[in-house]
Amino acid sequence: MSVVEATPPVVRKTALNSVHRQMGAKMVEFNGWDMPVEYPASIGCGIVAEHMAVRTGVGIFDVSHMGDIRLAGPEALAAVQHISMNDASRLAVEQAQYSALLYPQGTFVDDVIVHRLGEDEYLLVINAGTREKDFNWVRDNTRQFDCKVEHLSDDFTQIAIQGPKGVDVLQKLTDRDLSAVKFYWVTRGTVCGLKNILMGRTGYTAEDGFEIYIPPDEETSARVWHEVLKAGKEFGAVPCGLGARNTLRLEGKLPLYGHEITDTINVWEAGLDRFCKMEKPDFIGHAALEKAKTEVVKKTLVGLEMVDRGIARDGYKVLEVGGREIGYVTSGSPAPFLKKNIALAYVPSEQAAVGTTVKVEIRGQGVKAQVVPTPFYKRPKKAAKSE
Amino acid sequence: MPYPTDRKYTKEHEWITADGTIGITHHAQDSLGDIVFVELPKVGTEITVGKAFGTVESVKAVSDLFAPASGTVTGVNEDLATAPEKVNKDAHGAWMVKIKMKDPAEMNALLSAADYDKFVSEEAAH
Repeated sequence: MSVVEATPPVVRKTALNSVHRQMGAKMVEFNGWDMPVEYPASIGCGIVAEHMAVRTGVGIFDVSHMGDIRLAGPEALAAVQHISMNDASRLAVEQAQYSALLYPQGTFVDDVIVHRLGEDEYLLVINAGTREKDFNWVRDNTRQFDCKVEHLSDDFTQIAIQGPKGVDVLQKLTDRDLSAVKFYWVTRGTVCGLKNILMGRTGYTAEDGFEIYIPPDEETSARVWHEVLKAGKEFGAVPCGLGARNTLRLEGKLPLYGHEITDTINVWEAGLDRFCKMEKPDFIGHAALEKAKTEVVKKTLVGLEMVDRGIARDGYKVLEVGGREIGYVTSGSPAPFLKKNIALAYVPSEQAAVGTTVKVEIRGQGVKAQVVPTPFYKRPKKAAKSE
Repeated sequence: MPYPTDRKYTKEHEWITADGTIGITHHAQDSLGDIVFVELPKVGTEITVGKAFGTVESVKAVSDLFAPASGTVTGVNEDLATAPEKVNKDAHGAWMVKIKMKDPAEMNALLSAADYDKFVSEEAAH
């Protein structure tokens, strides 16, 4: 008798996996990765506490599951321009932008942050669950350019230091003057004694903060993780898991691949117009988007706030007041900072106006919700810093 | 966590006392995380052993409450509608419903505190 054994799916671990376990984190599988969802209440954590720390102080995240693709060479800019919807020619060296890789239909391969690291060098930071797909896409669609494409996803441990006090924490650990680094700019410097470390003033929390890219060995990763937490202690820093990362990005209406943006949703539907530069001569997806622009957008991403008692969750149906199904929730959760139950949902464009009352079907019951302005949360403009 | 010996436990992590008071265990609240929503049946509702009778939601997850015994709901902890976090703070004190048990002998099928503790530790080891 022959037995065909299916290969068990390999769950990947970041270099900080054992550190998370030692700290008592609750671990979950996320896009093939064994990741902390939250840390224990016994060390002052839990999704709500972690979320609040980022809004009011600082929180530290292991985001090493994120992927990285480097494009370098004389035609690197042309290659990036061809595969992404934002205009990378506007980037100065050390500047970054939110963008997306699109299919010819104008739908999403993934959303990315494009960093211009040098004259002819770009780094795309991509989602964990789409690493291989993205790399293959980028490689296959840039063959005509004189530009080297490298998959660097396993080359870094990536730590996000997020919150209004994030800059103060990282400043204690680096020789670089971080006040000179604006939001969505990067710099390099010594961090925790490690030379030439990339630091980006970027994040996925709708808050100020930094993401640092350090060597991926367990020893260095653990050492830096603990040093960052220690440096953050005076600012109330806590380790944060994917649970808080999700509620933070939801309050800020930052899209999540597989939820708000997918391979069947186009840029106009997702409302990401301002990151899509149609005046660029050409990029993959351009023609389809040009055509779609002349058509009526059938569905639109809106923000919902629950009016009656109930929590909208991913995948729940959206109903019109009369009960007819009109759309679906892409992400829904209690919002710990806003203390409201909020959701993002696709609804027909004619029912997308702010103030429209709809219902969300929760366990068979239509529960009243209202279309509200987004983002739900916007960080306060910072007053000029004194130091 | 020492589990109180004045009650019985289910493998779905509910507890019930001899007078028919029902709640969820410390282990359950810990796995759920920050509890933000509790939905309970009205007084007079018939609940059936092993069947869902309510819902508890944390920030991250939605979880059914399963009846440890059959009976009629005689009381509901209204506090939890506005302060569901009480379940996180004191799971064995923050009861959810009280029932008049149909057949108190159903309790015999449930786990003792020691057995539940063992069950939870074994579950964690997996």
